[in-house]
Amino acid sequence: MTTEAQLKPEHQIEELERVTIRFAGDSGDGMQLTGTQFTRTAAVFGNDLATLPDFPAEIRAPAGSLPGVSGFQISFASTEIYTPGDRPDVLVAMNPAALKTNLGDLKPGGLLIVDKDEFEPTNLKKAAYETNPLEDGSLNGYQVVPISITRQNELALEGLPLSAKDKFRCRNFYALGLVLWLYGRTLDTTIKWATEQFKRRPDILEANLRALRAGYNFGETTELFRVQYRVPPAKVPPGVYRHISGNEATALGFVAASVLSGLPLFYASYPITPASDILHELSKLKNFGIKTFQAEDEIAAIGAAIGAAYGGHLGLTGTSGPGLALKSEALNLAVMTELPIVVIDVQRAGPSTGMPTKTEQADLLQAMFGRNGDSYVAIVAPCTPSDCFYMAIEAFRIALKYMVPVVFLSDGYLGNGSEPWRIPDISELPKIEWHYAEPQEGKFNPYRRDPKTLARPWAVPGQRGLEHRIGGLEKSGETGDISYDPRNHHEMTLARKGKVERIVQDIPPLEVTGPEEGDLLVLGWGGTYGSITSACDNARKRGLSVASAHLRYLNPFPANLGDVLKRYRKVLIPELNTGQLALLIRGRFLIDAIPFNKISGQPFKIAEIEGKIDEVLGLRDEYVLEFTRSAGVSGG
Amino acid sequence: MTAPTTPNDGLISPDLPVLTRKDFVTDQEVRWCPGCGDYSILAQMQKMLPDLGVPREQIVFISGIGCSSRFPYYVNTYGFHSIHGRAPTIATGLKTARPELKVFVITGDGDGLSIGGNHLLHAMRRNIDLTIVLFNNRIYGLTKGQYSPTSEFGKITKSSPYGTTERPLNPIRIALAAGATFVARSVDRDTKHLEEMLYLAAKHRGVSFVEVYQNCNIFNDGAFAAFAEKEVRADRMIYLEHGKPLRFGKENQHGIRLNGFTPEIVENAATDDGLLVHDAHAENITLANILVGMDYPDFPVPIGVFRDVDAPTFDQLVQQQVEEAMARGKGSLEAALRTGETWVVE
Repeated sequence: MTTEAQLKPEHQIEELERVTIRFAGDSGDGMQLTGTQFTRTAAVFGNDLATLPDFPAEIRAPAGSLPGVSGFQISFASTEIYTPGDRPDVLVAMNPAALKTNLGDLKPGGLLIVDKDEFEPTNLKKAAYETNPLEDGSLNGYQVVPISITRQNELALEGLPLSAKDKFRCRNFYALGLVLWLYGRTLDTTIKWATEQFKRRPDILEANLRALRAGYNFGETTELFRVQYRVPPAKVPPGVYRHISGNEATALGFVAASVLSGLPLFYASYPITPASDILHELSKLKNFGIKTFQAEDEIAAIGAAIGAAYGGHLGLTGTSGPGLALKSEALNLAVMTELPIVVIDVQRAGPSTGMPTKTEQADLLQAMFGRNGDSYVAIVAPCTPSDCFYMAIEAFRIALKYMVPVVFLSDGYLGNGSEPWRIPDISELPKIEWHYAEPQEGKFNPYRRDPKTLARPWAVPGQRGLEHRIGGLEKSGETGDISYDPRNHHEMTLARKGKVERIVQDIPPLEVTGPEEGDLLVLGWGGTYGSITSACDNARKRGLSVASAHLRYLNPFPANLGDVLKRYRKVLIPELNTGQLALLIRGRFLIDAIPFNKISGQPFKIAEIEGKIDEVLGLRDEYVLEFTRSAGVSGG
Repeated sequence: MTAPTTPNDGLISPDLPVLTRKDFVTDQEVRWCPGCGDYSILAQMQKMLPDLGVPREQIVFISGIGCSSRFPYYVNTYGFHSIHGRAPTIATGLKTARPELKVFVITGDGDGLSIGGNHLLHAMRRNIDLTIVLFNNRIYGLTKGQYSPTSEFGKITKSSPYGTTERPLNPIRIALAAGATFVARSVDRDTKHLEEMLYLAAKHRGVSFVEVYQNCNIFNDGAFAAFAEKEVRADRMIYLEHGKPLRFGKENQHGIRLNGFTPEIVENAATDDGLLVHDAHAENITLANILVGMDYPDFPVPIGVFRDVDAPTFDQLVQQQVEEAMARGKGSLEAALRTGETWVVE
């Protein structure tokens, strides 16, 4: 640590357990990069953390406009945390539009750092401010620190042979340097990253480092900040850690599935937000024998994955909700031909195109039922960014053992969100078992089932003596030939259903956090894990009898789910949809589960779930969600 | 465990049993309408397959939906009867994963050019090593007689009782435009020619596309009779042969020449001088496009190989990238998990 701040005596140091910062600016201001760099520094320092990138769908909305605002929130702490924080303690607003769209989330009394140079008439007008908020007293409830970031950045870069535009683009590093100083962090991680990133552009590197240091030094020398903060490292299990996003973990999980099974991975996908990162990641990893295929459309992507699975490889396709809709017919072909493909759905908000960059968990029923006929697939859902790694392995473990398609339901919040991850030993990971069909006497029947799993044999082209024909037409369970026999169709449908049900023998029981029986169970699935777990922790700290449980296997449900549900007087199911899991739970277990639904494109805040818990336990009147404006939402 | 690319590596002995047509016949009762042109295509395919010298288990037939797409059930190889229009996608996945397999796609005019048009285009532009056989009967047979994308303008069918108001697609033109590296046309009634075209297509390295004019004796009987029946064939079809002048007629007496970009019939051309010479290996598709514009009754209908050129195949290029990457150093999961910055907590 070479650049540890030598603090000036006038700065007091205050120790905090947890801080949440949001960086907000124009899409062109590099806020995602600023947030990511701060995150890396916090991660390497040893804080527990969680992030929430929030960006507009438009690649470049008009500069300075409300729809063009991009934000990145990070929460970091000296204790274990599960969410990127409800409301930021600190807001860094690089322009008036960023202030306008994000101020509603800032905690009362929170620290507000703004680039005051950008609060000039044109930008104020673009952000629909009639008066300058820095001057009209409207920010009186916050600790406002107006800094001349643009001008100071210019001064720091004076003399460098760069265009004014390129220099302007370094402002984010100035802001980053300042915030790193504020939390007593070193510049090491960022310098290391930038040196690698800009190794072919020494001029850009020099400019960014100058801006970074200028911001840092400004913090040290200015008297605008009376206090500098410290957030000590978190106490976490020993091991080697890295920082990982959900989409990175998903990609690595499927690489691991390939390594663990010894089968080559074939990934076919069509670009779609927020799943494209998985295609980008896997495309780089050809040295694992991975083949990636950017298909002409969603249908071709799943078709190719089915073709690869038919050929004995790991057939994988990935998409988001609208793409899953397009894939449904082919997914049914995989159901009928009983081929082991995995379909990743990184869910996003809304029907149709909806809000592509916003999160939601509203494809559960689509995954469960969105196909013609009685059609059963297995469904798994990771609950944190790093859990994507483990559930990816699970998806193929199940697919190969049961010869069944598996839908992997991630979401935008998990995919783009990130956290520190203790890197597992390969030996800790589960085995993935599979076998190709054995040659047999007489005519080969591709639908002769394993009595325990009901899986059909996986006979792949190239195996002599096992030539056979499969397809989407109903097949005879006796011979594998086309069959319209009434009894056969009845039995084959039940076999396809039964096969998915039998997966229950191969998945872990549902774990409960909190009391084993009591007043309330909060049941969730997917990316709401952090908010639910934190809210229930808080409720127990307040003496309430509240447990939480999180489903990572949605079809079939874990074997003990029915028993768990019975042990609580009430069951609350918070979901970022209109009540999809609640519908399944009510239908399956005939219990009066209480749905709690938010469909705003944003994750749950902890306080929202706590509010609902209190309502359900009769401790308050009806809890009503409040919606604040957030970066990127304003464009409509 | 290592990654198997050919699950039965080592099982294929060099002294392969010599296969015959019968080896490619399944125990399934063929259920096309009696008299259907599909029977001829199936028979020529089964006759041709032994000549490829590919073991039966290395051959895969993938089809979509429609009368033609029942084909895989009748060929004793690996077979996959998929969903409407999507056969090229499944074939692409299979062939990319397993480049050593011989993969056929069986499709029809509705399956391949209507619902599956997009996939057909992209399979051809990628030059993936597939042999695509499109049965063109200019009608929807399995759904009982609606017009198809290749039906003639104004055709009266169940779904166009007043005549269609749509202009037809020419499959060969589509294949040429998409950059297919082997493009041929044949007809169910000319069994010898059909067998030869199927063989040449199957031997081609890269995507091969064969349009087969196929009669539907129930819903579109005589669709091609005007020029494909034995008695009139010589006068009304022209057999394309690479390097040879374009000639037709019972005595091979007529020829084709170009007037600018427009073909003309030269009746009773005494010499080959000035006649158009077919060049199937031309990179440029202009000539092939002129030929494909010739149609009955103004011209004899060209059949044979329109185009046959070499180009790297998609499946091989993908395989090559993987092999090169692995040669530079096989991926280590331990190392992949540790990419980016890591830190140790004691």
